[in-house]
Amino acid sequence: MATETTPTNAVRKPSVKIPWGWIIGIAALALAALYPVLYEEKLGDMSIPVFREWPSVSTAVIMIVFIMMAVGLNIVVGYSGLLDLGYVAFYAVGAYTAGWLASGHFQQVKVHILSSGVGPDLRGIHVNMWMVLLVAGTITAVAGILIGLPTLRLRGDYLAIVTLGFGEIIPQFVRNADNLGGFNLTAGTFGINPIDSPGFGEALNDSLGLPISFQQSFEKINLFYWSALVLLLFTIFCSLRLRDSRLGRAWIAIREDETAAAAMGVPLMRTKTAAYALGAFFGGIAGAFYASFKGGAFPSEFFFNISVFLLCMVILGGMGSVWGVVLAGAILTYLNQEGLSNLGGWLNNETPLDFEVAKYQFGIYGAIIVLMMLFRPVGLIPESRRKREIEEGTATDTLYGERHE
Amino acid sequence: MTVEARPEPRLRTRRKRPDVLSVLGILFVLVIVAWLLVNLIDDPQQFFNVALIGLTTGSVYALVALGYTLVYGILQLINFAHGDVFALSGLVASSIMISLFDLSGTEAVVVIGLGLVGTLALTMAFAATLNASIEFIGYRRLRGQPRLTMLISAVGMSFIVQNISLAIYDVNYRSAPPLISTEPAFTIGGVSMSWNKLVVVLITIPVLIGLTWMVRSTKQGKAMRATAQDQDAAAMMGINVNRTISFTFLLAGALAGSAGVLYLLQFQMRYDTGFELGLIAFTAAVLGGIGNLAGATLGGLIIGFIQAFNEGLPIGSPGSDWTRSIVFGILIAILVFRPEGLLGERTPEGV
Repeated sequence: MATETTPTNAVRKPSVKIPWGWIIGIAALALAALYPVLYEEKLGDMSIPVFREWPSVSTAVIMIVFIMMAVGLNIVVGYSGLLDLGYVAFYAVGAYTAGWLASGHFQQVKVHILSSGVGPDLRGIHVNMWMVLLVAGTITAVAGILIGLPTLRLRGDYLAIVTLGFGEIIPQFVRNADNLGGFNLTAGTFGINPIDSPGFGEALNDSLGLPISFQQSFEKINLFYWSALVLLLFTIFCSLRLRDSRLGRAWIAIREDETAAAAMGVPLMRTKTAAYALGAFFGGIAGAFYASFKGGAFPSEFFFNISVFLLCMVILGGMGSVWGVVLAGAILTYLNQEGLSNLGGWLNNETPLDFEVAKYQFGIYGAIIVLMMLFRPVGLIPESRRKREIEEGTATDTLYGERHE
Repeated sequence: MTVEARPEPRLRTRRKRPDVLSVLGILFVLVIVAWLLVNLIDDPQQFFNVALIGLTTGSVYALVALGYTLVYGILQLINFAHGDVFALSGLVASSIMISLFDLSGTEAVVVIGLGLVGTLALTMAFAATLNASIEFIGYRRLRGQPRLTMLISAVGMSFIVQNISLAIYDVNYRSAPPLISTEPAFTIGGVSMSWNKLVVVLITIPVLIGLTWMVRSTKQGKAMRATAQDQDAAAMMGINVNRTISFTFLLAGALAGSAGVLYLLQFQMRYDTGFELGLIAFTAAVLGGIGNLAGATLGGLIIGFIQAFNEGLPIGSPGSDWTRSIVFGILIAILVFRPEGLLGERTPEGV
């Protein structure tokens, strides 16, 4: 067990470099923004080796949603070093908030708040989807705080198991809560659908030509894609700024050495709860957006597997490294949605192998997790500080050496 | 003139007043006891039958929970793959029973008995080897690193083992041939213990006694306890730490294997049975106080009873839809209010 402390004040060389980071970033952003156009013009008919075809735009939307969640989880796992195995709970809370606030589920009432593209006579609660996203984020953040307050005092692995417990309870609650003393809260296994889609309303449609409702537009999927991209950029921006803020430095201090951080005056509980709340916030937004994209919130989607899938993105990308998580999230979600089945088809047709790749997807993710931990625990694009922690060790492992007999 | 003594001691006694949470906890326990009593009075026969079911499932949970506790005691690692080792060994046991020993057609008691013992031995050996190889492949290299690393590797291992089961046995449920009759072995006052439940308890008890003997009285057990206390010091005293940890995993795997056979005698299994059962068993280990062998057994039995009462009692039980939520609710409550478990000792946490 390494006990050396890391010298964190290494002198940096002042140098004038070509800002490769910015160039790659802007190019990637431009490509991402133009992707639906490119896909329609060219990529849609193009075939590529092994994976056969480019991801469709709707797959790309799902990729962006999952990247958002992974970036949110990265705040909890990557920045603060709190292993959260129940992140799917936040996704569920976000999706169901969208279901409650923007669908005809509650037939008892008729509430319309700035809703666009919804007939004025429809019953149920219909709040403007953009507002719902914010509300969903907030409610999920509150849920994160509620889960966090009693549990964050626990040590690392106990925390993992408690979050796992919540990740299992919330989906079961959702599945069973169609008859809570006669009140139908979640519509049970059927899920809540249809959920309204985002839109800009009549006024903006007249003046700027923005669509009233994505659902009724001919370019539905492209609109969803672009708004998802904007949300993702917002998430990444917040995540990066948070990392460099006072709070972010406190998170990283806690990750590196909890005792030292506390001794330096970092309020542990408040800081950890903030990590939970903010991580949950983005998970909630992504969940609500995804529910709106699919048009429903269904309990069959909220499984432990999703939590592990998201965790796998964070690990593959490199814990704490936002760009790594974005890259890994894109790769894994693509594989999950299209890649693995295409790959399996290619394998079965072109090679003598007969192997259902898609069936073993979680085995493949498991193998990725283990291999990364064994051979490259810093991830694809390592975050510099995290890399030093893993290579040189932190003070935490001796403190965790307190035996529990 | 004398100055009156300050009422300082009173202030101190006032602080010891029970806080709201423990009052709520006691109230909650009272409600549970009242609920059990109501059911007991209403239909005692049903109550005891349900309790026997609880005893049987509780024994299986206890065996799996012991595996978690052994590994946690020595490495401070929640071995997520343990539940999947349990499921895979149960499935392998079904193959051994049906294909290798061809027990499905026999009726002779001796053949069945020998076949069961053989299945048990083979399955335990298989599961022990599997568990030790998991440690060798997935955890050994990570020992010096931050603990989260090993935990994440364990999650990955869990999925790998689960997919091995999926690859070999596909998604179908497997069950043992009806070897042991469900006829009552004995009946007391209308409450009967059937043979197939009795066998589970009869196998569990010697396994538990053997395990306790091994950890308490053998040299290897001593080495395990020493390694659990302080790996570096144990190594300095000439204990082969790597071998001791491997041995612990072998032992835990063998327990999971026996639990797999016993579970298979009662229920159907498939590749993902182990995940949920593993979590329940882990809850049991935490409930009893993780790292504590007696605690794991007690916790397993308690969880078994809770599950059986929840699913089987006629009056006011939430039903099987809520079992998972209740078990995890207990897990969370235990971890939050008494992280050292029922039988564990309070330890300082470093912070």
